[in-house]
Amino acid sequence: MSWWRPSDIGFTVRSELAALGSGARLLGRLLALLGATLRRPALLRDQVHFLGNHSLVIIALSGLFVGFVLALQGYNVLQLYGSESSLGLMVTLSLVRELGPVVTALLFAGRAGTSLTAEIGLMRAGEQLAAMEMMAVDPVQRILAPRFWGGVIAMPVLALVFNAVGVLGGWLVGVVMIGVDAGAFWGQMQSGVDVFKDVGNGVVKSLVFGLAVTFTAVLQGYVARPTPEGVSRATTRTVVIASLAVLALDFMLTALMFSL
Amino acid sequence: MERSKNDVWVGLFVILGLAALVFLALQSANLLNLHWQSGYEISAKFDNIGGLKPKAAVRSAGVVVGRVRSITFDDSTFQAKVALEMDKRYLFPKDSSLKILTSGLLGDQYIGIEAGADEKNLVNGDSVTSTQSAVVLENLIGQFLYGKAQEGGSPAPAAGKK
Repeated sequence: MSWWRPSDIGFTVRSELAALGSGARLLGRLLALLGATLRRPALLRDQVHFLGNHSLVIIALSGLFVGFVLALQGYNVLQLYGSESSLGLMVTLSLVRELGPVVTALLFAGRAGTSLTAEIGLMRAGEQLAAMEMMAVDPVQRILAPRFWGGVIAMPVLALVFNAVGVLGGWLVGVVMIGVDAGAFWGQMQSGVDVFKDVGNGVVKSLVFGLAVTFTAVLQGYVARPTPEGVSRATTRTVVIASLAVLALDFMLTALMFSL
Repeated sequence: MERSKNDVWVGLFVILGLAALVFLALQSANLLNLHWQSGYEISAKFDNIGGLKPKAAVRSAGVVVGRVRSITFDDSTFQAKVALEMDKRYLFPKDSSLKILTSGLLGDQYIGIEAGADEKNLVNGDSVTSTQSAVVLENLIGQFLYGKAQEGGSPAPAAGKK
């Protein structure tokens, strides 16, 4: 294959556009299938259980350690300027605005997104999706939509748990271990954090990341080549694309939400 | 519809998420204390508010007794008009004075309120006339330099001429 020949360039552009178009159509169908998914709550429940509950331990542990580290590093810098009392504010704002949604989404892509891609890709490789179509069962509605919406529901919950555990971790290191005054820790936090502007925008962020990560995972599984190699490549692509999408979206959302 | 043991776990998962949200809203953002619905509002005009921001604290003897609600510019007197929302538990005499202060060297600016001697108290809608502007560092330095120049400045040009 030679990339400089006009016919090859044309073919590449055409196939990329076709992939983009079919991806966008799948996203549209998944979004439109919210009602149909909610009418079969048992499917949705099992997916929330699989994607959410099983990710809880890794998310909570990561949140705890991120909180620890933030408090340690924050204390080192803040005590230079004699403003250790702002430690709680710094830990909470960085968690709620940025680290909570982003780190949760990255972990979620690794922990839950890969398993979604592999599952759907293997269903395609094993011709289960084709068999469903033969039985006039729509695989997008029966398989993809519950997984997609399950991930979208689980992600903000996980991010909230991450934030709460992270704040507790910051408190544990800052107040219990280092000995920052507890009243100043919570007081500065309470005067500086806004429920809707900070906590609420963090939830919106995690919702958007949930959509992006879960959709990437579902799409990569659905379009994976039905071979062992194809499934393994699709799984890798899920992590790469989802992580980059989360980071790029985070920059855009931050620019929209927190710039005056 | 059939029940499954996943129901319990998914329910607990969602409850855990809600608990995290409530924790963040109450413990770190202090949702309940943000809106003192039952406060009274007073206003004051300052020549210069420096770096005062909305939601800054109003303190008396170091205790937070209210918050700055809004800051607007009055283009008839060319002064800053500051609306304060005071906690209804604390009452101040009508001739109390307001001062813009800074907590620490680099800290936030807040309004200090000093009680006067009037027998009547401030009520909703009152305006405080006795105010003191924020200290602007540039003006202080300017005054200091000007004062120095007045004191010992005159020999210096003369020395230059010799």
